[in-house]
Amino acid sequence: MDDKQKFFHSVYLDKDKCRGCITCIKTCPTQAIRVRNGKAHIIKEFCIDCGECIRHCPHYAKQANFDQMDALDAFKYKVALPPPSLYGQFNHLDDVNIILTALTMIGFDDVFEVGAAAELVSDATRKYLAEHPDPKILISTACPTVTRLIRIRFPELLDNLLPLQPPVEVAAQIARKRAVEKTGLKPEEIGIAFISPCPSKVTAQRDPLGMKESNIDAVLAVKDVYPMMLSAMKKAQKDPLDYCLSGKIGVGWGHTGGEAAGVLLDNYIAADGIENVVRVLEDLEDEKFQMDIRFVELNSCPGGCVGGVLNVENPFAASSKLKHLKKYLPVALSHPEDYTQNPEMELTEKIAYEPVYMLGNSMLESINNMVRMEKLLRVLPGIDCGGCGAPTCKALVEDHIRGKGDIHSCTELLRRYYLYGEDAFEALEEENNL
Amino acid sequence: MSTSDSLHFQYTVSKDDFTHAGSASSDVKNKLKKMNVSAAAVRKVSIAMYEGEINMIIHAYGGTIDVDIYEDRIVMCLKDTGPGIANIEEAMQEGFSTAPADVINLGFGAGMGLPNMRNNTDEFQIESEVGVGTTVTMTVYF
Repeated sequence: MDDKQKFFHSVYLDKDKCRGCITCIKTCPTQAIRVRNGKAHIIKEFCIDCGECIRHCPHYAKQANFDQMDALDAFKYKVALPPPSLYGQFNHLDDVNIILTALTMIGFDDVFEVGAAAELVSDATRKYLAEHPDPKILISTACPTVTRLIRIRFPELLDNLLPLQPPVEVAAQIARKRAVEKTGLKPEEIGIAFISPCPSKVTAQRDPLGMKESNIDAVLAVKDVYPMMLSAMKKAQKDPLDYCLSGKIGVGWGHTGGEAAGVLLDNYIAADGIENVVRVLEDLEDEKFQMDIRFVELNSCPGGCVGGVLNVENPFAASSKLKHLKKYLPVALSHPEDYTQNPEMELTEKIAYEPVYMLGNSMLESINNMVRMEKLLRVLPGIDCGGCGAPTCKALVEDHIRGKGDIHSCTELLRRYYLYGEDAFEALEEENNL
Repeated sequence: MSTSDSLHFQYTVSKDDFTHAGSASSDVKNKLKKMNVSAAAVRKVSIAMYEGEINMIIHAYGGTIDVDIYEDRIVMCLKDTGPGIANIEEAMQEGFSTAPADVINLGFGAGMGLPNMRNNTDEFQIESEVGVGTTVTMTVYF
């Protein structure tokens, strides 16, 4: 796989809307954005598709690539995969079947809940934990952003990743199998579409980690499907069909703590919000937790998948609605033989470390570059204003060392020169030419 | 470009500053991660240094950590200003602890600090004088 494919991203910039402000560069957790020539550019090796730039851009210039309904035109039979977080987007809902029935009214022939597959993943997780005492701590692989973060920043934790496919992939396999049995069509004539709350699921479909290729044919955005569903739901609520296959555990996956609850253990950590995820990973890496932990659920978005940037409802309201819906469901629905048989559950490929932040090709080069960096940093103002287009002075210096930026773009040094006649550029030059 | 022999960093550690405990070891870890050092070596360094940092916060009156990174190794020198260790041999035993109860309540003070530092480094030296201070020098080869 070449780098272009390896670092595929669904997040992109609408150049006309971008004003070159520094909001996104400051909110990006991996420092993957630089403002250059007045526009925000994404450094593809660093980006993990968390969607924080989409969440924070005041000009709506950061967007995500999604498929539209017409992406399914070529398929003879279309199946929608709704995630549990979708159930939290609607008001006054007591019955998940209304949502599922509505999906069959807006162009899908059938639906299969990701929540139902999530219950199978919960079963498989329990089994995996019971059969594999080592490593002691397993980290969930359900959030693609977290997996991508680990592969670029936490190599030591790669062995702790739970080697199971995310529920959406298991759901796609089952949905295809069921559709083939139901219709007699060939597997490739079935179109499987996931209705996604976040951009990282698009990335995970185009460039999945831990498996050769995705089982999903199209990824639609909740925000695009939502308006179509509202009117369909009015009709559907009169006589909803019985599609619901998930119980409390499956629906619970839509918000933080749900996946961990499905493992049926007490010794877990569940964290959400990308900066909290980073903190937990840092502490796991340093073995700082002086407690008994077996499972770690990490969600990049605040509140879990309900916090995905392509949702409509406030994440905390959506989470409350999921709690309400769960009240009327059994713990987990029994899994009928016909769809539980043999979906591939385990990841088939090892997820490898991508050392994208390296400062040199050898230790000696790295040391020299780090020495140079420290000297340059002492000349720069250290106020991390973002005026140069990099999020911090340190990021600017690292860019400079890697040949991807120029320390002379420091606007604060220019300001001081212009207003007070302080010329730091000479000193900068001296350190730079060492 | 000239060749530099080593890369030097100094950190100040303050007594009882639990909020910032681990900030020095975390900084060193994040630097090493950008420097062609194996993940296993980074881990050893960060565990050993974190333990040392915690010791300076719990037991000592604060101090400094000097870190030198060379092509083949890292040397960490942790120097505090007392109270010093009366019996080093005893202090090096796993489970031996003189940490006060409030510190143990925070999850520290299990008596594994010094043994963990020794076990995660290739060279480990400790010198101490009661009333003066303790100096620990640790080396990890890459």
